[in-house]
Amino acid sequence: MKTFAELEAIRKKAQKDVRLRSGSGDVRVVVGMDNCGIEAGARQITIALMDEINKHNLQDVTVTQTECLGACRLEPMLELYEGEKKTTYVKLTPELARQIVTEHLVNGKTLKSQTIGVFER
Amino acid sequence: MITLKINGFEVQVERGATILQAAEKVGIKIPMFCYDERFKPHGSCRICVVEVEGARSLMTACCIPAADGMVVQTESEVVVEARKEILDLILANHPLDCLTCEQAGRCTLQDLCYQYDIEETSYEGARKSYEKDVSNEFYTADQTKCILCGKCVYMCSQVQNTDALCFVDRGFETHIGTPFEQGIAESTCVSCGNCVSVCPVGALMPKRREKYRYWEVEKVQTTCAYCGVGCQMELLVKDNRIVEVLPVKGHCNEGLLCVKGRFSFDFVNHRDRLKKPLIRKNGELEEATWDEAYDLIVSKINEIKESDGPDAISAFSSARGLTEDNYLMTKMMRAVVGTNNVDHCARL
Amino acid sequence: MELYRSHVLVCGSTGCVSSDSLKIIDLFNKELEKHGLEKEIKVVQTGCFGLCEAGPIVIVYPEGSFYSQVKLDDVPRITEEHLLKGLIVHDLTYKEPGKKEASDSIDDMGFYKKQQRVALRNCGVIDPEILKEYIAYDGYAALAKVLTKMSPEEVVETIKASGLRGRGGGGFPTGLKWEFTSKAEGDVKYVACNADEGDPGAFMDRSVLEGDPHTLVESMTIAAYAVGANYGFVYVRAEYPIAVKRLQIAIDQARENDLLGEDILGSGFSFDMEIREGAGAFVCGEETALIQSIEGRRGMPKVRPPFPANKGIFDKPTLLNNVETFANINQIILKGADWFAGIGTEKSKGTKVFALGGKINNTGLLEIPMGTTLQETIFEVGGGIPNGKAFKAVQTGGPSGGCIPAEHLDTPIDYENLIALGSMMGSGGMIVMDEDNCMVDVARFFLDFTEEESCGKCTPCREGIKRMHELLDKITEGKGKLQDVDKLETLAKTIKKASLCGLGQTAPNPVLSTIRYFRYEYEAHVNEKMCPAGVCQALLQFLVIPEKCKKCGICAAKCPVNCISGVKGKEVYLIDQAKCIKCGACLEACPFDAIKKG
Repeated sequence: MKTFAELEAIRKKAQKDVRLRSGSGDVRVVVGMDNCGIEAGARQITIALMDEINKHNLQDVTVTQTECLGACRLEPMLELYEGEKKTTYVKLTPELARQIVTEHLVNGKTLKSQTIGVFER
Repeated sequence: MITLKINGFEVQVERGATILQAAEKVGIKIPMFCYDERFKPHGSCRICVVEVEGARSLMTACCIPAADGMVVQTESEVVVEARKEILDLILANHPLDCLTCEQAGRCTLQDLCYQYDIEETSYEGARKSYEKDVSNEFYTADQTKCILCGKCVYMCSQVQNTDALCFVDRGFETHIGTPFEQGIAESTCVSCGNCVSVCPVGALMPKRREKYRYWEVEKVQTTCAYCGVGCQMELLVKDNRIVEVLPVKGHCNEGLLCVKGRFSFDFVNHRDRLKKPLIRKNGELEEATWDEAYDLIVSKINEIKESDGPDAISAFSSARGLTEDNYLMTKMMRAVVGTNNVDHCARL
Repeated sequence: MELYRSHVLVCGSTGCVSSDSLKIIDLFNKELEKHGLEKEIKVVQTGCFGLCEAGPIVIVYPEGSFYSQVKLDDVPRITEEHLLKGLIVHDLTYKEPGKKEASDSIDDMGFYKKQQRVALRNCGVIDPEILKEYIAYDGYAALAKVLTKMSPEEVVETIKASGLRGRGGGGFPTGLKWEFTSKAEGDVKYVACNADEGDPGAFMDRSVLEGDPHTLVESMTIAAYAVGANYGFVYVRAEYPIAVKRLQIAIDQARENDLLGEDILGSGFSFDMEIREGAGAFVCGEETALIQSIEGRRGMPKVRPPFPANKGIFDKPTLLNNVETFANINQIILKGADWFAGIGTEKSKGTKVFALGGKINNTGLLEIPMGTTLQETIFEVGGGIPNGKAFKAVQTGGPSGGCIPAEHLDTPIDYENLIALGSMMGSGGMIVMDEDNCMVDVARFFLDFTEEESCGKCTPCREGIKRMHELLDKITEGKGKLQDVDKLETLAKTIKKASLCGLGQTAPNPVLSTIRYFRYEYEAHVNEKMCPAGVCQALLQFLVIPEKCKKCGICAAKCPVNCISGVKGKEVYLIDQAKCIKCGACLEACPFDAIKKG
């Protein structure tokens, strides 16, 4: 470190690393991760999500898991919270998970084909 | 200049002067155990506490600087109570063997207990007990009598610069010792005895050759004869014999002596002491008069100078002589005899 | 760079380390690897979370789940359930005393709700050994601000305006100290930090050093800039090995990154510092003794004046503040003097860290705004007294503080209020006592400490505390007289008035305050030869209640000195008081509650 500008640059990067400790951000991606979810491949979904989020350097997205979301036949599935708004995506593959990141989180477009509504109908 | 009031008397002193110095200026005496103007102020014994108007606690007169407008009471009720308590506490941890204690008559604790009417301690409880250190040739150290004023330590470290003594342990167990408790003989002590001179009680005492009491002796101030510094000293004389030597604050010694001046006075009354010149006649030393001796010296010098030249003669003088005497000695050898062969002994 | 979806924070401070938190960290890492989670979840070793009672503590973010008293066996479960599946393990999360349900998040816990963490802001949040984590939490931003935008005078003015006062005990206005040192004449000046936290039970300074050491490095650099010093000393007790290690790591990191040393970040200002380890003398927390110790001398207090601001380390002007004081500095610089002055009471600004201990549910470290009442601190943050016992007194300010009784619990905590009650702020020790504590015994306990820790220099402290201790011994042994209580009071007052340093001037506080508020307990000891709390062994009596005795003989069998006589099945048992050693074995052994203590 040689200058104050460098210090500030380091701070910006470091703040990203510790963001989690101030709790969840506004955007939360919650993956169903009970035994049923794991069985259906939820772990791979999480890994794909994390990888893609990291690639796009999304600062304010928290990835967490939760218990069975209650629709085991639609696993692996996730709930995406943006403030009050919730979108549920079901029957995911790692590839689809990546698309959710690029389409929904980056471009702000719901990936309609995978929402729970489509499958429940 | 600063103006303050002590016991109602107004007094002016230089900035930086202590309350004690201000009090002395108006002739007010403040008791003390640990104070000595040669040390950095340390304020250990607390007997010199005085009341300063507006101050939260009592102040030690010996080290708190006087301030403009200060109002000081040196013998108020609070002060006297605190001093009495301190004396009581000291006595609670000090043997009451004044009847046989050799410091009796020169003991500050005795004097202050008398002044403040402390007959005995009001406390019962633990008392310290240490083995007396008699390892030094000239003095003894009895920690049982020590009141921990710290004077010996500061004398040794700040004035004598020998650092033989130090504080050991903490709390009630605190005592004066030597590094690693090896005893004085094993320490760096040079036996100057300046610690002994400043001890206000009987903890550090010279090893006495004969018994005497301080009130029995006559005091004779003189200049030390050992070397040319000119240290001032007081001979304590009992029945026309020197029994102890104490330092006096003279210009050149500021109340210090060395091991010789302080402890080596036995020769004065020694039976082998030379009082008249001796001349060797027929292989035997015989007493002579000073005239005979001088005549002999003069004739021998002339004789040798004649036969072998002045450089065959050398002179050796004593460091015990005064600087002036030694100067005259060299002058005589160089100017009168004509040689540079002059030496002296500064290693006595 | 790796992105993690979850952080597992494990306390790596002394308290939790002593109950194996380092092994917990290792095991978490192994378990994560086993489940292939090591790239998603990060384990962070942090400083102290404060609630030491519940240690070892593990907090999982982003949920903020607070796992307490975690054992090695719990680690696989937390990994599998929580970290893998996202299911909080409810039976392992912390359940607050008096509550039915465990708290799922640290944000819901009463212990943290009333707290406002300024000095401890990063403790338990960051990994103290990683500089970047400190930087992420505004680390060195205050230094940057000071070196680029503020003059030394402005820094001093800011600290003055904040109203911050010394957190080490005295409560002297910090800004004034800075001003005196900055104005003192001298070619060389020093900044020193007092990290010789000697009060038994107080560990806020240790917590900062262990949990957030860079805050000290940064604040001392700011202070050095303000007063014109280029070198600093941190005096830490050697009994704090983790603190020493982490501080040294922080100093080294700061040096490597140009945050310490020559020409800091190109500003032209230079400052470096070193750690001096103390040998653990309580008195070395006193500033002049501390300076002597740094200089390599025996730690003994010196008379003031001269004050360290004019003649400190090696007789050079020295700014000396304690760790907690320094820990507030960066926040004051960043958030402004007004922000800080807006917290607290009229004369005591900001927050204060307390080490809560004794008969209290939430033993640990807490930081509360000045002006919070003792009641709130003890019963809300501290969670109250365990086992349904009644509150009796709280001792604030370490071993030289006074004991404050229940009637003053509504007092807002600040420097002046505590002194008015006969106690003091001190470094922030807070020991709670309940109905089972004998106040005479409590006073004796604290004198036992100060007697040993007196440096031995001045007469009233060295000799006086010993005699006070002996008088208290006498009273607790039932040999005391009423005059002894008076004697204690007068002696205590002389010691306070005539001692050289703060140690002696405050050591009698526990005695004076207990006599002031609990005189009847002293009188019971001397007049009735009775200890109302049933603590003082010599005054206890164990008696068989004849009506309840079933003549079973169990008590006689348990008695180690065979002083209980009786005939099994026929005769009521009797305790020979002369032989009884008051061990209490009979009381515990009796199945019928037929033995009483009184």
